[in-house]
Amino acid sequence: MPVTDISHDLDALTLTITAEFAAPARRIWDIYADPRQLEKVWGPKEYPATVVDHDLTPGGRVTYYMTGPDGDRFYGYWGVLTVEEPRSFSYEDGFAHEDFTPNTALPISTCVSTFTEQDGTTQAVYVTSFASREGLQTVLDMGVEEGSRSAINQIDDLVA
Amino acid sequence: MQQIDDDRADARFHALSDRTRRDILRRVLVGEQSVSSLARNYSMSLTAVQKHVAVLERAGLLSRRRSGRESLARGDADSVRSVAHLLTELEAVWRERVSHIDDLLSAEADTAPVDAAPADSPHRKD
Repeated sequence: MPVTDISHDLDALTLTITAEFAAPARRIWDIYADPRQLEKVWGPKEYPATVVDHDLTPGGRVTYYMTGPDGDRFYGYWGVLTVEEPRSFSYEDGFAHEDFTPNTALPISTCVSTFTEQDGTTQAVYVTSFASREGLQTVLDMGVEEGSRSAINQIDDLVA
Repeated sequence: MQQIDDDRADARFHALSDRTRRDILRRVLVGEQSVSSLARNYSMSLTAVQKHVAVLERAGLLSRRRSGRESLARGDADSVRSVAHLLTELEAVWRERVSHIDDLLSAEADTAPVDAAPADSPHRKD
């Protein structure tokens, strides 16, 4: 099972998910370094992602949109904060307008991804934090929720 | 730091893992409904719908009360909107991303059985 640990910090509004991949850290890093691979893993099944700009360097931006079943689009961006190739990177994940300028009316989450390789397998730790409960709520209401509902179908065998 | 109770998280995941239960939950969040009227929306027996409602109730996502011969179900909006629930939904998003990565790596291993390393993957490094 790829997901090995989950932690919910209700006070810090932080989700930490730990997964183990049967590949070297470099291979996992390359997924994030390559927009074509990133879009394969980022969007929920019913909201596939298309990555437009991709600059995974401190201060750089990654922009994407997700297309829903009715053709509806959600625009988002990463504001890249830190990059320590191939071990970790952090970014702010926010919503954007159609021209990819940040939609400052909507909340952002802060994400830290860390990859630690041992014996050819990689432990990936994804930490996602929100500044407020309302922010978390809004993000989930903005279509991500739809995605999570499709994801929940796949979770069935994990919790059964 | 407050850790979510594993059993509770499991119960929520299990409750939400079923399409019919998610549909039931959406309906009873809009307004209280009798279980028998809910059952008319689905091509399954009343008993089967009652079981779904019971699973949602155990997960704390809806509550039931009796009114005469009717069993009335109502979604617990506070529970659905709780931070714990929201983090559980967010968890589902990230679990799906992890499973996508796993799929990507597996597909690669299948197409390159001799060398599972990404030698022939289409990516390029900048």
